Amino acid sequence: MIEPRPGWALPDFRELWRYRELLYFLALRDIKVRYAQTVLGVGWALAQPLATMAVFALFLGRVGGVGKDVPNYPLFVYAGMVAWTFFGNTIGTAALSVVSNERLVTKIYFPRLVIPLATAGVGLFDLVLATALLGGLAAWWGVLPSWSLLLLPLVALALTLAAAGIGVLLSALIVAQRDFKYVLTFGVQLWMFATPSLYLPPEALSETARLWLPLNPAHGLVAAFRQSALGEAVDWYAFGVSAATGAALALFGMLYFRRVERTFADTI
Amino acid sequence: MHPAIRVQNVTKSFRLGTNSGRPNLTERLLGLVRKPRANPDNEFWALKGVSFDVTPGEVVGVVGRNGAGKSTLLKVLSRIVEPTAGRAELRGRVGSLLEVGTGFHPELTGRENVFLNGSVLGMSRREIAKNFDAIVAFAGVERFIDTPVKRYSSGMYVRLAFAVAAHLNPEIMIVDEVLAVGDAEFQNKCLGKMREVARGGRTVLFVSHNMTAVQSLCSRCVWLKDGTVHADGPAREVAEAYNRAAAGGGGAEVRLDAHPGRTLGSVRAMTRVRVCDDADGTSPAVPMGGTARVEVEFELDRPLADATLGVVVKDAYYSPIFGINNKVTPCPPQPGPLTAGTVVCRLPRLPLMPGVYPLDLYFGDRLNDFDTVHNAADLTVVAADVFGTGRLPPPNAGPVCWPATWEIRAARAPEGTTDGP
Ligand SMILES: Nc1ncnc2c1ncn2[C@@H]1O[C@H](COP(=O)(O)OP(=O)(O)OP(=O)(O)O)[C@@H](O)[C@H]1O
Ligand SMILES: [Mg+2]
Repeated sequence: MIEPRPGWALPDFRELWRYRELLYFLALRDIKVRYAQTVLGVGWALAQPLATMAVFALFLGRVGGVGKDVPNYPLFVYAGMVAWTFFGNTIGTAALSVVSNERLVTKIYFPRLVIPLATAGVGLFDLVLATALLGGLAAWWGVLPSWSLLLLPLVALALTLAAAGIGVLLSALIVAQRDFKYVLTFGVQLWMFATPSLYLPPEALSETARLWLPLNPAHGLVAAFRQSALGEAVDWYAFGVSAATGAALALFGMLYFRRVERTFADTI
Repeated sequence: MHPAIRVQNVTKSFRLGTNSGRPNLTERLLGLVRKPRANPDNEFWALKGVSFDVTPGEVVGVVGRNGAGKSTLLKVLSRIVEPTAGRAELRGRVGSLLEVGTGFHPELTGRENVFLNGSVLGMSRREIAKNFDAIVAFAGVERFIDTPVKRYSSGMYVRLAFAVAAHLNPEIMIVDEVLAVGDAEFQNKCLGKMREVARGGRTVLFVSHNMTAVQSLCSRCVWLKDGTVHADGPAREVAEAYNRAAAGGGGAEVRLDAHPGRTLGSVRAMTRVRVCDDADGTSPAVPMGGTARVEVEFELDRPLADATLGVVVKDAYYSPIFGINNKVTPCPPQPGPLTAGTVVCRLPRLPLMPGVYPLDLYFGDRLNDFDTVHNAADLTVVAADVFGTGRLPPPNAGPVCWPATWEIRAARAPEGTTDGP
């Protein structure tokens, strides 16, 4: 049955489930393509958080003096960077995924949501590798995990939801208006600096900041990721608020995507 | 019986001028069909109230000019684009093939691409795995299956892509012009596969510009014109009508009173010539193997007892292919001496390839031709499935299309076989 279908609606999750194999193959494609013909191969998954860690630890930590009160500041930054790299990259690739898969969109039918969701696959792959290295680094610095490690998958899930949701929203906007591409590029950069949990210990933040900052989903989730990975005390308030904001954004992203996806093939 | 496909009043408009991302694309698409910038920031109706039903097992061809809306119709039926109004119902699993190799990625190996492309087309992983060997064998790329497809020749690439699609097993198959790509061998393979699918009792909707293929594959044909159904009926008739329209209607009647091709010293006797398909007597284009009719009207100032007409059919380079007159072939006697009349010449089983053939006319009496007009009119021949195979001889093999019978004999009983002659 094919008819014009107006209005807002939730995505058809049953249909999405039927297309899970396509999701799997698209994610696999992205992973394979990314590592095809690169010398460093899988190492690239680690290069980005490591390099950012080095820069932050040197300039913010040493030169800026932020790292004075934080034990193992490089480890602190790397742990947050692992989460942020996943978050930022997933938003970036998901946002561009629909336009870069134009041929698929105009030549074949499947739930369009599969395309941005599949890009989370690459990010998750990298996240697992970078987290493994984090374990190694933590052991080297003599930081041992605690029971809070069990929270890590939950934090990763919340991160995925938030990142995919925002990516889905942006991907739909970019189809209609290519200008959002440029917004994306520097928006993600600015966002990183607007996420102080990446480079500042919670104690360095004021009361008000601690109250409001978790409305930036990256803030609370990055902190929660580091805290659960390194066995620090988990800031439940920040985690809860950020996870909820992320979920709300994801919901809105999917609703909006669903609303405009039927015109993708016309306008792309 | 429920129709497999029911299209009711499907309408699709594209909004133009809101495409901020790629104005070039819109303009390019638009330029195909309308004068550029005729109606800026307006709507363009690609489909206007299209309706038809397809019963299960029917193989329907969809034909039409560029921009008629064929691909748009198939996209609506494949759920790629949403109709602006109207509805369509499809019963059964739908497989649509709007392009060969959608989703192929050059960096991935043949094997990986088969799985990716298969799942893009809607096959499950189990299904692909089950058919994997058959797909690879059909494509003939066994040795290269673990090589990235960017190292494939373009022929291998297309073969592998088509092989995947050919093993799709839907109840309703929607195919858009995939026969238009690839070399002749590939096209034949596609056609063979399409025929197999068609005979297998599946419902097929098939867009093509290849009228021979449409005639041989389809039982029915829908002709789209400017987004509406212009004709819908038996494939042979609709395809022939379409061919005729494509050949340009009406131009086959030529006045000869002041024709520039008349030779010096001719007596002006022929006044008009009409070339048409003898089957319906009106259309200017004759299908291959059909009967052409050449009618020549004459007027004289003295009665003529033995009107004689010679017709020479020439190729595109104005070399004669054959000529005939009513002296060498039997002709019933004319009804007495005439000062005006018409000579009708029928050329049955026309052995010509599709094309336009100029005619020379020689008119006179038994003894001499006193009126000669070169290139008096054109005979237009359009493609038809004369051999019943859906294929025609290559177009560069000359203007004549002639049948043959075949036999292949071994020099002696081949070694190692039991079924020798
Ligand atoms: N996304 C689009 N935006 C605007 N106009 C479009 C779009 N897609 C198709 N059209 C227009 O719709 C008309 C029908 O296009 P369609 O592709 O269906 O033609 P077609 O019959 O398949 O032609 P062809 O034989 O060249 O393949 C064209 O005039 C085209 O310009
Ligand atoms: Mg088309």
